[in-house]
Amino acid sequence: MKEFQAYQDIWVYLETKDGELRNVGLELLNPGRRLADATGEKLVGVLIGDGVAALANTVIAHGADRVIVVDDPAYGWYETERYTSALEELVARHKPSALLIGATNNGRDMGPRLSCRLRTGLTADCTELGLDEETGHVAWTRPAFGGNLMATILCPDTRPQIGTVRPGVFKKRPADPSRKGQILAETLTPAAPMSRLLEVLKKDMREVVDLENAEVIVSGGFGLRAPENFSYIRDLAAVLGGQVGSSRAAVDAGWIPQAHQVGQTGKTVAPKIYIACGISGAIQHLAGMSGSDTIIAINKDPEAPIFDVADYGIVGDLFEVIPALIQELQEYRKRQ
Amino acid sequence: MLNILVCVKQVPDTTVIKIDPVTKTLIRTGVPSIVNPFDAYALEQAVRLKEACGGTVTVVSMGPPQAKEALKECLSKGADRAFLMTDRAVGGSDTLATSYILSCVYRKLGPFDAVFCGKQAIDGDTGQVGPEMAEHLGIPQVTYAVSVEYDGGELKVRREVDDGWDVIGIPTPAIITVNKTDELPRMATLSSALEANRADIEEIHCADVADMDMDRVGLKGSATKVIKTFTPDRTKQGVKLEGKAAGDAAKELVALLADKQLIS
Repeated sequence: MKEFQAYQDIWVYLETKDGELRNVGLELLNPGRRLADATGEKLVGVLIGDGVAALANTVIAHGADRVIVVDDPAYGWYETERYTSALEELVARHKPSALLIGATNNGRDMGPRLSCRLRTGLTADCTELGLDEETGHVAWTRPAFGGNLMATILCPDTRPQIGTVRPGVFKKRPADPSRKGQILAETLTPAAPMSRLLEVLKKDMREVVDLENAEVIVSGGFGLRAPENFSYIRDLAAVLGGQVGSSRAAVDAGWIPQAHQVGQTGKTVAPKIYIACGISGAIQHLAGMSGSDTIIAINKDPEAPIFDVADYGIVGDLFEVIPALIQELQEYRKRQ
Repeated sequence: MLNILVCVKQVPDTTVIKIDPVTKTLIRTGVPSIVNPFDAYALEQAVRLKEACGGTVTVVSMGPPQAKEALKECLSKGADRAFLMTDRAVGGSDTLATSYILSCVYRKLGPFDAVFCGKQAIDGDTGQVGPEMAEHLGIPQVTYAVSVEYDGGELKVRREVDDGWDVIGIPTPAIITVNKTDELPRMATLSSALEANRADIEEIHCADVADMDMDRVGLKGSATKVIKTFTPDRTKQGVKLEGKAAGDAAKELVALLADKQLIS
């Protein structure tokens, strides 16, 4: 086995957007902390952006021992080459043993570019992180084949070990403002960009669906039979203060935009309560929601696989059960 | 004019894969092989650009000889020529090695103005080969594209981000990975299908590619190693309310949730 003594510390890349931290970076500080404690290394957050220096304390409060900050207007927009070069240079200077990147569109754009440049291994879209008992390498576990199979992957011969990790899989540790950490400001020469931003198009805010941070998600599937019946889902979600999700079948049928899709090819979610209505529970859907704290299933088919993963199941017609449930919830509130 | 290379992968249709309840392994027999759906969208975008600006569309796949079926499907849907990179030496390649091999194939078949790939394959789901190929070639990339235009100068790509889209300009040659787009992949016509079926797909072997570094292909060239696969066990012993009127079931469920302080 090769010796990697020069490579120390677990890094978490903290993606920012418009000068704010994306949640996934803070989530990754949780498994990152566990890995660092297990190996006796430091947990280091890496912050790159424009006007991001003030965020370093938040990163420390969520578990980092040290934060490397590159604060420069040149990094105001995520440009593949510029960001890849920045990480490449920071890795060359500090030599981390592992780097965790949130599996957002930008994270999955930069991760492979960086790992290829460093000629090291990258494991995509991990959902579990640990250490291989025998070798001490990071054991990256991820779903494949539409969530039917899990694979555990090592990067044994090169450093740093890099993985992208799905948003919504790990929970943020509570912030501890009394935590002390070191902030290290780095100055880099920004690389020449390979692409340019011509225009930013924002979605209508009503169409932005924040499933990954929702505490309650009510999802509808093919059992709704028609697009207008998503009103049942929206009504139940409204009573619970939750977001509307969906299965792939409903998205493929054109009943609801893809932003609502939960599953292997959609979002991975872990709300406190997940209610699946008229969703049979194909593996690719389960792969995206089985980490939820409490799962409730409503389905006509008593044999539907969704009941296997549910904490509570109602076998019945959702067009009767959902209105009854809404009524019960409202009456329960009145009694409180 | 645009000469475009489209990289496609033949994948098992993961939506119909089942797990053997006894052995807990994937049942792969009888599972149809398809063109990776995102690659089909990438091909459609490439063919549309060719139709608009002139040029050619070349498709390449890496895999066993049966992947020629996927390439023939691409020929029936607008591609002009197809090549299969196939060699025992490339077996076991991870994304780093695969992208290296494909970058060698690009150099052999090129020059090209653009490479189109699907955003990810539905079996591996990594989405890494496109960007890694761009890095091997030292050319720009745009991932998660939902539309691509060409004005003769640069490529204008609409890229999906969480709260909307970035419209990005990139010079050619560049690699673009494509998400689902509004334009659905076209259907083959009877005559295009028959013609594609008769086509002879040229094989490329490692020895055909000048300067391929054999230390960088296959298992030897892979930086990641799969040490274990397993089927996830997500089953819980939950409470199932069955054979009750909707109102009664709802009442019972709300009581259970209230008991666990899950609702307020």
